[in-house]
Amino acid sequence: MNFDFSDDQKVLRDQARKFLGQHAAPARVRKVLEGDAPYDVELWRGMAEQGWPGTAIPESYGGAGFGYLELCVIAEELGRSLAPTPFASSIYLAAEALLLAGSDAQKKAWLPKLAMGETIGCFAFAEGPGTPTAKSIATRARDGRISGTKMPVPDGDVADLAVVVARTSEGAGDDALSLFLVDLRANGVTRTSVKTVDPTRSHGRVVFDGAPAEPLGATGAGAALVRKLLDRAAVLVAFEQVGGAQAALDMAREYAMGRFAFGRPIASFQAIKHKLVDMYVALELARSNAYYGAWALSTNAAELPVAAAAARVSATEAFWLAAKENIQTHGGMGFTWEFDCHLYYRRAKLLALQLGSARRWKHELMARLTKAA
Amino acid sequence: MDFTDTKDEAAFRSAARAWLAKNAEPKRGAFETWDARYGDEALPRAKDYQRRKAEAGFAGITWPKEYGGRGGTAIEQVIWSQEELEYIAPRGYFEIGLGMIMPTLFAYATEEQKRRYPPKALRGDEIWCQLFSEPAAGSDLAGLRTRAVKDGSDWVINGQKIWTSGAHRADYGVVVTRSDPNAAKHKGLTYFFLDMKSPGIEIRRIKQISGASNFNEVYFTDVRIPDSQRLGAVGGGWGVAITTLMNERLTSGELRGPDWDELLGIARSTELEDGPALADAGVRERLADWYVKRQGLRWTRFRVMTALSRGETPGPENSIGKLVAAAQAQDMAAFAMDLMDMGGMVSDPELAPMRAAFQDAVLSSPGSRIAAGTDEILKNIIAERVLGLPADVRVDKDVAFKDLPASKR
Ligand SMILES: Cc1cc2nc3c(=O)[nH]c(=O)nc-3n(C[C@H](O)[C@H](O)[C@H](O)COP(=O)(O)OP(=O)(O)OC[C@H]3O[C@@H](n4cnc5c(N)ncnc54)[C@H](O)[C@@H]3O)c2cc1C
Repeated sequence: MNFDFSDDQKVLRDQARKFLGQHAAPARVRKVLEGDAPYDVELWRGMAEQGWPGTAIPESYGGAGFGYLELCVIAEELGRSLAPTPFASSIYLAAEALLLAGSDAQKKAWLPKLAMGETIGCFAFAEGPGTPTAKSIATRARDGRISGTKMPVPDGDVADLAVVVARTSEGAGDDALSLFLVDLRANGVTRTSVKTVDPTRSHGRVVFDGAPAEPLGATGAGAALVRKLLDRAAVLVAFEQVGGAQAALDMAREYAMGRFAFGRPIASFQAIKHKLVDMYVALELARSNAYYGAWALSTNAAELPVAAAAARVSATEAFWLAAKENIQTHGGMGFTWEFDCHLYYRRAKLLALQLGSARRWKHELMARLTKAA
Repeated sequence: MDFTDTKDEAAFRSAARAWLAKNAEPKRGAFETWDARYGDEALPRAKDYQRRKAEAGFAGITWPKEYGGRGGTAIEQVIWSQEELEYIAPRGYFEIGLGMIMPTLFAYATEEQKRRYPPKALRGDEIWCQLFSEPAAGSDLAGLRTRAVKDGSDWVINGQKIWTSGAHRADYGVVVTRSDPNAAKHKGLTYFFLDMKSPGIEIRRIKQISGASNFNEVYFTDVRIPDSQRLGAVGGGWGVAITTLMNERLTSGELRGPDWDELLGIARSTELEDGPALADAGVRERLADWYVKRQGLRWTRFRVMTALSRGETPGPENSIGKLVAAAQAQDMAAFAMDLMDMGGMVSDPELAPMRAAFQDAVLSSPGSRIAAGTDEILKNIIAERVLGLPADVRVDKDVAFKDLPASKR
């Protein structure tokens, strides 16, 4: 048994940490927070030069053909640094959807460009507040055309390509939904940026009005594909969340050691010590669940649906706890725009919702655990 | 990452399986314990099983061969535990001796002692207990008062220990004493092992909240221990005690009693106002939370084992095991009773679901949050050793022990 990353994977982690330390330091993240650019174009190009987008894409489609463990390692570092790029949308979602359901021609057309970072992909699923289901989704595809409104779409305002979940028949059954590939630069697509709790990640409102749409996977297979796709992305995002939680804990620890009150470092007060331990415990549980998810993802194990849901729930809770208690540990300073605490707080809540809330994933987890009986 | 056994591990696993199939009894339901099955016969049968296990080389798997062990790997130990779990096996008789005290002997005893005691403990011929806690010294173990006074080549011990698990059936014990009350608290301690049949020892059973009596008060009146049974230096007992306690944290990660799967069973079989409990969204959410934590602990243990298998010392992430599991066991047991609604009050094993396992767990789980380091002490340890936060401000450091303030009783 070996339940750890390999030495090569650890070297990759060190390289990624170093690169992001230089190119995605908090000051750079702030530029996106405070500026007009939807993401850090220079950083995104640099990541592409490192070959990161192609990490898990097979060589035959222009990727590096490593595996998902390598991608998990990179994801953790992206989460730690809060890198403001469309990596998750383009790679964990759009590229994965193509790998899952694309025809050979579709893969050949899009994966090499996604792997190079030349094309940015996104996943258009939500239609406003509430859980999108076969009952609620209104976006309709018919005869190669798609119409409807998707909001919020992570990176929908900057992407070139969208994987869209749309209705292909009436009714509320799973078979009413299908996936489509839509070129977002085509006629019939209108996009606007949407303000979210975390301006370091861009989001759009995408309106399709008879835009050309190409089926991705079989008609009626949409709901099943979405579930598979979200499972795979959930493991990768769990690593981002673990990285973010670790960074928030590190930040809280460092501040607590240096801040004095009542003649001693606040880190010597038991209420603060035990708070940091609670953050650490949640983080270690999340890390272990994420590791198991990584194993299941990388081996395409039958356990993936359960492992992914557990990783998702665990990581969501760990990051939220770390981010909110990091602010608490900082006192008034933690509530200022100037301090970086809110960057983690914003990202924690954003990632907690981006693939669906923890409440929904707990529901999924129980459905999966009790399905057999 | 790879969960499959290596060739050596697979060979060990099949040897373990073969031995267990021949020598151990399968469980008749998840909750049957050794003590429940064998009653008055439980102790002699436990010793018999332990002896056969030791002879076959499955006890002391990681111990050196010269002291009766197998000289095997930490992973083999894990494999053994996984396989043995399928059978009914004695629990609670040998863990303190084998898991905590023998490693202390390996570190501090003479070669002759190491050849004499560990092999007998391994075979279950001799049972050991840990005489650390006192009425005025639990979390703050170094506050202990049991006196040791040198007299010729012996030490004379007077005082009282408490909460000593298994003292009533133990053949030997390890005891931490105060040999110098004029020294600072942690500096005046000395550690010994002793024969529990020594004259002057009196053992009184303590009844726990569950009604069972697994631990004891142990009184020492002029008990003589030869100096040759001292472990570590005179005044160096604190360091020896820490060795024992570090091993305690390694052995105490897994708790017994009903776990998540059994709670799921209750949720399936119990009817609430709108149908089975398992169909209730609130119930499902709680179950999901506990599942995720339980799995998190399980995979954390795998990370620890991976470190062990590489010969690395596992990080202190190990210490989160009991902290999380003990509190969760208590919460799950209480919740299982809630699901049973008014019927949940019944603790008669003939009437309550799963032979009243959850009712029992509600009454036994508080002990798990106290024994082997309370929740609060474990958090202090993680804060200081893992996160590197400052130690508590202390008022007892540079003062002679005899001048420190004490509890009002
Ligand atoms: C089932 C069981 C089996 C046991 N078996 C053995 C045995 O075999 N041998 C043996 O020697 N002992 C044994 N013990 C004793 C056990 O180690 C002690 O009970 C434990 O260390 C707590 O000590 P205490 O009971 O004196 O409580 P205290 O130390 O008085 O603690 C009372 C409360 O104060 C809190 N507290 C204390 N210090 C701090 C601090 N610094 N910061 C924050 N909170 C603090 C504690 O967390 C606890 O909540 C056993 C106990 C139990 C319950």
